[in-house]
Amino acid sequence: MAKKPHDTPNLDQLESGPWPSFVTGLKRLAKDKDQAVDLLGQLEASYQTKKGYWKGGTVGVFGYGGGVIPRFTELKDEKGEPVYEDAAEFHTLRVMPPPGMHYNTDILRKFCDLWEKHGSGLIAFHGQSGDIMFQGATTENVQKAFDEINELGFDLGGAGPAVRTAMSCVGAARCEQSCYNEAKVHRAVLNTFTDDIHRPSLPYKFKFKFSGCPNDCMNSIQRADMSVIGTWRDNMRTDDALAKKWFAKHGMNELVNDVVARCPTKAIQIKEIKAVRKDAHISSVAINDTQGLEIDNKDCVRCMHCINVMTGALAPGKDKGATVLVGGKSHLKIGGLMGTVILPFIKLESDEDIEKLVDFGQRTIDFFAENALEHERTGEMIERIGLSNFLEAMEIDVDANMVTTPRMNPYVRTDGWDEEVAKINAKKHSA
Amino acid sequence: MSQPQMRRPVESGVPDNQQYLHPVLAKNYGNWKYHDRPRPGVLHHVAHSGDEVWSVRAGTQRQMDVYTIRKLCDIADKFAEGRVRFTIRSNIEFIVSDEKKVAPLIAELEKNGFPVGGTGNSVTMIAHTQGWLHCDIPGTDASGVVKSLMDELIHEFKHEEMPNRVHLSTSCCEINCGGQADLAIIVQHTKPPKINHDLVANVCERPAVVARCPVAAIRPAMVNGKPSLEVDEAKCVCCGACYPPRPPMQINDPEYSKLAIWVGGKNSNARGKPTFMKMVASGIPNNPPRWTEAAELVKKILHTYKEDARPWERMADWIDRIGWPRFFEKTGLPFTKYLVDDWRGSRANLNASAHIRF
Repeated sequence: MAKKPHDTPNLDQLESGPWPSFVTGLKRLAKDKDQAVDLLGQLEASYQTKKGYWKGGTVGVFGYGGGVIPRFTELKDEKGEPVYEDAAEFHTLRVMPPPGMHYNTDILRKFCDLWEKHGSGLIAFHGQSGDIMFQGATTENVQKAFDEINELGFDLGGAGPAVRTAMSCVGAARCEQSCYNEAKVHRAVLNTFTDDIHRPSLPYKFKFKFSGCPNDCMNSIQRADMSVIGTWRDNMRTDDALAKKWFAKHGMNELVNDVVARCPTKAIQIKEIKAVRKDAHISSVAINDTQGLEIDNKDCVRCMHCINVMTGALAPGKDKGATVLVGGKSHLKIGGLMGTVILPFIKLESDEDIEKLVDFGQRTIDFFAENALEHERTGEMIERIGLSNFLEAMEIDVDANMVTTPRMNPYVRTDGWDEEVAKINAKKHSA
Repeated sequence: MSQPQMRRPVESGVPDNQQYLHPVLAKNYGNWKYHDRPRPGVLHHVAHSGDEVWSVRAGTQRQMDVYTIRKLCDIADKFAEGRVRFTIRSNIEFIVSDEKKVAPLIAELEKNGFPVGGTGNSVTMIAHTQGWLHCDIPGTDASGVVKSLMDELIHEFKHEEMPNRVHLSTSCCEINCGGQADLAIIVQHTKPPKINHDLVANVCERPAVVARCPVAAIRPAMVNGKPSLEVDEAKCVCCGACYPPRPPMQINDPEYSKLAIWVGGKNSNARGKPTFMKMVASGIPNNPPRWTEAAELVKKILHTYKEDARPWERMADWIDRIGWPRFFEKTGLPFTKYLVDDWRGSRANLNASAHIRF
């Protein structure tokens, strides 16, 4: 039995309604735990004053420099004592989930048991960083909780100026659009950087995210310093039986309005089957006995729309891999930046393929560590030094896939032009 | 005195997910053929081998107590096959290999208060942040805003009636941890930070604060004979960037920290390239515990989109077609001078054409 609950008239109003209530959950914890009683007390105070009352600090586990988010109450009485003393320390352990966030009930129950013992009993699946967040440990209990979590095969994620916890989509485990083994690549990359995850010493955070196709379910272009997005180089695959089934259900209006007209590069045409071009870069699929779709794969930008609408009837090709972008980040400080294409295509099938991506990640982080200003993300760094300088450092040839358009101003010194052309030609001839 | 023996961490990194996969997922890994949605909240995946799985998706409160998690585990063990996964938006998915298990599983979830939905063209669970519950710099709460909004949007979560999928996010400061979304609610401070000069002298690395400011509005100053900082209030854009590492820069204000609504962010590459969202409303009161003013605006925008957009148009696609003037007209939102971009690169956001819809 815990101590008497505080009055929480504001929070009480969040117990009604159809959506699951975190307040009801906290109140259930507060039946047994004084820490939860006082957490509710402090949260109610925030609801009344519209102010937050946590501050950070320094709390960690033995051997690591990050992964714990320390929280100490700032809500003090006139003597400087915490108003809600049992929630005066309420630290979070960030724990990296398995790729795709798959679990069995056995491991989830073990998490619950250990967090009931060492923490508040409040767990988030998952934080915006992708971590399992074990929220609400006292300073004393952080190490005990971590030791048990670690024994279960789980490890702390990143916090501060470090390589951060990565995220990957459900991917090959259950999605037909998956273009590489996201989980394997996610682990190969991240587990190379455990030192940079656990001991923050970079200029600022560095995030990887892994999406299996250009639907980018991990929102990687907008959020990740390195965004690995599945794609394919060859022709889209097709399935006549599934296309006919789709057409029988949806009809010509939907085919025209929702599929053909929404192709961003007008790569799809409806044709009589006998008129469909037979070129090597054409995919075709019959929608009925006389008509079909002709898709010019040279024009296709792999946006995924038609495949999303006619799943199975249209599918990614077989020569799969990934496009890698660098430099995505959110607002602060110079405004949101999306990632920029750096590797238009990389195979990710063999271990050697994956090793190449790991190497690119390593070199990018090394360059970032040496060249970024304090509190500068990769996107800001590239904007400051220019993409060409970054490519030169990474020893990557410039590619027109990296730009939306070529330069729109003449303010550039081009006296190395002939040399560059000669280099490109020499490479072409030796290839 | 000898130091106690500390356990050294095993730097195991990211765990292997194979041990947690549903056996049918493990068997057909990388070999799926297509999927369909038999009803809202259910995904049906078919493998090239002919194997099938049904995934039943339910909403959670994300910030879960162990009793809630154990209840979900009980349901997974009794009504599903003991394997679950979470989506990026904190929905839980129960994976079963037998279609007959789907209906009883849904009934059990609903009976225990977990709404089933969030698939396809629904409004799925809101990506949210930590807020007053656990963040050190929040202008508002996160879980409470999400609970309030999802209560209001429950019909849209449980049905697939929207033109395309709708992703929402909330963020408790302008850092925007909630991320890009079709519609986002983000704190927007409207007054420069108040400086606690006593704290500056004690805890602040002044050059670091000066460097944080995106508009160079902060400079060192002597206040009451002590080294401190001052803010050029005419320059300050009230972004709050100086606050996260430096508690003296008090940006949060019960009255002047407002909420803004942003629309048209798209993560996917489908159709057009990914887009960032745009601010369409601000000055909305930060009004716990139910944030009714913000909720009404969100509902108004979503209902306008629902009525007016064509199939497969995301919020951004819809606005691309109808144009911003009609977006403001249809939603009834005022277009003020504060919505004209004047940050770096802003001229790209001005209309340099004769394209006007009359």
